[in-house]
Amino acid sequence: MTSLDILFGAVGLIAAASAVLAVTTQQLVHAALWLVVTLGTLAGCYLFLGAELVALVQLLVYVGAVVVLVLFALMLTRAPLGRSPEHSSSPIQRIAGALIGAGTTAMLAAVLLPALGGKLLSIRAGDTKGIAAQLFGSWVWPFELL
Amino acid sequence: MIHLWLPLMLVCVLVGAGAYGVIARRNAVLVLIGVELILNAANLLFVSMGSVLDEKLHTGQVLPLFLITIAAAEMGVALAVILALFRDRGHIDLSEPGS
Repeated sequence: MTSLDILFGAVGLIAAASAVLAVTTQQLVHAALWLVVTLGTLAGCYLFLGAELVALVQLLVYVGAVVVLVLFALMLTRAPLGRSPEHSSSPIQRIAGALIGAGTTAMLAAVLLPALGGKLLSIRAGDTKGIAAQLFGSWVWPFELL
Repeated sequence: MIHLWLPLMLVCVLVGAGAYGVIARRNAVLVLIGVELILNAANLLFVSMGSVLDEKLHTGQVLPLFLITIAAAEMGVALAVILALFRDRGHIDLSEPGS
């Protein structure tokens, strides 16, 4: 456990906790705001992993545009402000959702962690020039299409 | 130097939370928030594997850019559909039977 491990663990813990809060809170607007926290901490994780361009695009597009769209949709569909327990689903649905969510997490962890978990990766600087060269070189057709 | 299991564990937790959001939420916009979480988990998986494998095409960072673009466009379309649904039915409660 290096110190960078602990730092990434702290940032990842915030991301995971805010994601869980975003899907479980009873207040609808708070769910969108917890999504903002999740996306912001994920951008921080991308910075850790050396993907600077992806982190900035994530902040610009996801936090700056998509969450604003979500908030507009919540406003235009007359989302109830404040706690709304009568708008939450039945306990059976929530228990089924929790089981399936936990099962999906466990299945992915069982696949990913034994195969790849032990690898060490060094924190290196982002290679934005190289990404730009590839984006306009090898990836130019899908880039232009999108 | 960080161990790879930390971002991978975060990917798994995000997918689980997103799956819970898709299944157990009644409001359509909240279901979309769950879908966003799953897409972000996929992005994080791309980026973390891209930082370990050193490849010429920089796939680990170009594909997340494409995925962010596609996800943003898909959210726009999905929210437009939800707004049309709201105008037609008066509510976006997914547990009510369709008209």
